[in-house]
Amino acid sequence: MTEPTKGEHGAVEVPDEQRLAEMSRDELTELGMKLDGVEMIEYHDPWPVKGTRAEKRAERTVAFWFIVAALAAVAFIVVFIAWPWQYQKPGDQGLYSLYTPLLGVTLGLTVLGLGFGVLIYVRKFVPHEVAVQDRHDGKSGEVDRQTILAELFDAGNRTTIARRSMIKRSAIAAGSIMGLGLVVFPLGGLIKNPWSKSLPPEDTLAHTGWYQSPANPERVFLRKDTGDPHEVALVRPSDMDAGGLQTVFPFRESERGNPEALQAALQRIDNPVMLIRFRPGDAAKVIKRQGQEDFNYGDYYAYTKICSHLGCPVSLYEQQTNRFLCPCHQSQFNALMYCKPIFGPAARALAQLPIKVDEATGYFYAVHDFIEPVGPGYWERGA
Amino acid sequence: MTRSIVTPTKPTNPVMKLAGKALEDVDERYHPAGGLRRQLNKVFPTHWSFLLGEIAIYSFIVLLLSGTYLALFFDPSMAEVQYNGTFDNLRGVFMSRAYESALNISFDVRGGLFVRQLHHWAANLFMAAMTVHMLRVFFTGAFRKPRETNWVLGVLLLVLGGLEGFTGYSLPDDLLSGTGIRAAMSGGVLATPVIGTWLHWLIFGGEFPGDIIIPRFYTVHILLVPALILGLIAVHVGLVWYQKHTQFPGVRRKETNVVGVRILPVFALKAGGFFAVVVGVLALVAGLFQINPIWNFGPYSPAQVSAGSQPDWYMAWTDGLLRLWPDWEINFGHRYLIPAVFFPLGAMMTIIGVVLVYPFLERRLTKDSAHHNLLQRPRDVPVRTGLGAMAMAFFVVAIISCGNDIIADKFNISLNAMTWAGRIGILIIPPLVYYIAYRMCLGLQRADREVLEHGVETGIIKRLPHGEFIEVHQPLAGVDSHGHPHELAYQGAPVPKKMNKLGSAGRPVPGSLYRPDPSEESVALDAARAEQHAADEAQEVPGEQHPQLPVD
Repeated sequence: MTEPTKGEHGAVEVPDEQRLAEMSRDELTELGMKLDGVEMIEYHDPWPVKGTRAEKRAERTVAFWFIVAALAAVAFIVVFIAWPWQYQKPGDQGLYSLYTPLLGVTLGLTVLGLGFGVLIYVRKFVPHEVAVQDRHDGKSGEVDRQTILAELFDAGNRTTIARRSMIKRSAIAAGSIMGLGLVVFPLGGLIKNPWSKSLPPEDTLAHTGWYQSPANPERVFLRKDTGDPHEVALVRPSDMDAGGLQTVFPFRESERGNPEALQAALQRIDNPVMLIRFRPGDAAKVIKRQGQEDFNYGDYYAYTKICSHLGCPVSLYEQQTNRFLCPCHQSQFNALMYCKPIFGPAARALAQLPIKVDEATGYFYAVHDFIEPVGPGYWERGA
Repeated sequence: MTRSIVTPTKPTNPVMKLAGKALEDVDERYHPAGGLRRQLNKVFPTHWSFLLGEIAIYSFIVLLLSGTYLALFFDPSMAEVQYNGTFDNLRGVFMSRAYESALNISFDVRGGLFVRQLHHWAANLFMAAMTVHMLRVFFTGAFRKPRETNWVLGVLLLVLGGLEGFTGYSLPDDLLSGTGIRAAMSGGVLATPVIGTWLHWLIFGGEFPGDIIIPRFYTVHILLVPALILGLIAVHVGLVWYQKHTQFPGVRRKETNVVGVRILPVFALKAGGFFAVVVGVLALVAGLFQINPIWNFGPYSPAQVSAGSQPDWYMAWTDGLLRLWPDWEINFGHRYLIPAVFFPLGAMMTIIGVVLVYPFLERRLTKDSAHHNLLQRPRDVPVRTGLGAMAMAFFVVAIISCGNDIIADKFNISLNAMTWAGRIGILIIPPLVYYIAYRMCLGLQRADREVLEHGVETGIIKRLPHGEFIEVHQPLAGVDSHGHPHELAYQGAPVPKKMNKLGSAGRPVPGSLYRPDPSEESVALDAARAEQHAADEAQEVPGEQHPQLPVD
């Protein structure tokens, strides 16, 4: 190496090999920094007087944290393996309840001890340094800028691409159409038509599980969820006290004995319906929605449980005021007034399910599906 | 200058010889010596606030590791199963396989609950650290030219982090998470004008919930988004490295230099230690504090919801906005509908968009297209600080409104009153906060100037012979011939306001808890250290002035 190497700092004279071999480590370090444009302002031995009590104490402090880390690691392994970790019933948990907390404490202490040790070591023993390095901001050097521009233009000219507009245009066409293809490709499999005629009506947003197809006018009964998804429990008017409320789901006789269908009816998003029996005094005050005057059965009214704001189940029924409250975003609906929203972000009333009582069995059934979509609004919904 | 560390020239101990040999071997093949030296010699400015972004990276590493472990046990299937595991309360209940396997991780995998909680806490810390880091960058103007791109990348990281968190806490398919998917994802997507229903069918494959959303979220959560985050972090940190970190104004610090410590040894060691501290704190928190006890919520069912359903804190502002927006929808001739939900969600997108382009907006409005490597103190940029405080106030009102039901319940306030307070508050409080922050900035500026002109208040009241009382000030830079303090120019750096900052409180005697160190040792150490400093002062070129910084 005879030529002076350029450091970031500009020209720094680089010693020849012989001189290099003679240099001490300090000198080499300094040279390296100089080459990288680093100037060391402060670089102090933290313990300029050797063997002081303060130094020994600092050493012990660092070691202390590493020993804490080691001991905690032992504790962690022992706890992880030997501590009773299998779930116990509440009231009978004993040592199990401490398993996760102990894992946290022991593992945390291990890693923290290690971290504290290192940080205190840096503070106490690593020379305090203040280094200054130049930035090389902004534009590149003029030489670099000019040469790279020249090379780019040269590449354009020599390959003659600059003047071959037919090739350019066709290449751009190929690239962009292929790019479009790369968008179409993944989307193709994902896009589905929500209004496809091939979808069963109840699987669209317009209808629910209460939908009766004209081809299969099977009666749809109101069914309770008893906790056992395979049990069929239908509802009779006499099952409910005045002021009572029940969540009901659609049931068709053809589903009896079919556990999957019975289960699915409870899980469909638009199925849950709140069946209310108003107290006689309240029932007299009910204001019905135009066109839905015969949707109720006496004091019994059925409204969808699915909030018209974002589709949460409207779960809180305040019996005294006859209001429903959706716990998600606090929309409130007046049950005495066709479940019209009276506070909060919901803008549309809860849809009402027309119900009647089956003459033969005495069970409630739905006359037909809701006459409007249930749940959150969407573009094609209209009002 | 390197000095006073006396070291032998050639390694003598066998370990160092071996290491030397290994380096030699590597260098023969890949010759990294020059490049490596340049990187290790890189000077990094130090300030506590520069660690905030690091916390985010460290928690992300914890997320990757704990998440990979969880993925070994989690099954993102929506197939219906009957639970027959260890947890009595749910035995016999029908649920998705995803929920069952999340329960199994909590009860049947040794240490599984701990890892789950570690993962969830790390996610919260990841988002919190990113948020605070972003505030630091915003209020100090670190996003200004030439670092606009990194601001954009940072905002994208925050948004992706939110998406990652949302898909993550949706995976267990418990009642709370299902409610979240229903409201935020399904309902929100449906509200998109024109393409909402198509978008919903694209994401869910049909009506909510369908049977594909959890597996899709799983792919998004463990592959797509983490890969994007990892890539963006690489570019983000790479740019910090390449463009060099900003620094606060101070002694020797100029637009054209970096004052701090080299990567090796101080920065690397400190970063390593700090990594351990972050992991350690996360482990402690994960062990001691329960988070998301999914077994208490039960499986998702569209007919059920629990009161007090809140998203994780970083999504809370969106839910708060949903709660506050009134029942205002737009109807096009009863044919088409823009649901109320669209407006708060649109506002959310707009806010993210504005934040994304803020550096360019500020550059345009202030006409400041200069290169900036020195950070600003928030007080010196009152308008920006006011805007930031205003934005924070907006988010705070939105977040509080997300918990309005819980606050109403705990403090016995009417729920509707809480909603109205939020509706009015979100309009009135942010401008108010802007004004207050703006005035505070001006006040702080004046307080700085006062100290620079008159000196630090000593708290000593002196009575002059003729009866006048004066307050004694300690000038920061001597006095002129009339005894008036030299006026100092403000240079964008903190100004001492208390005598203790000038060292008037002294310092504790070195020693252990029980006994002081021998005084001769302490004296000798002090003297030796003073000598080191004196040598530094002598080294500085005489007459060289510290640069005068431009005062904005």
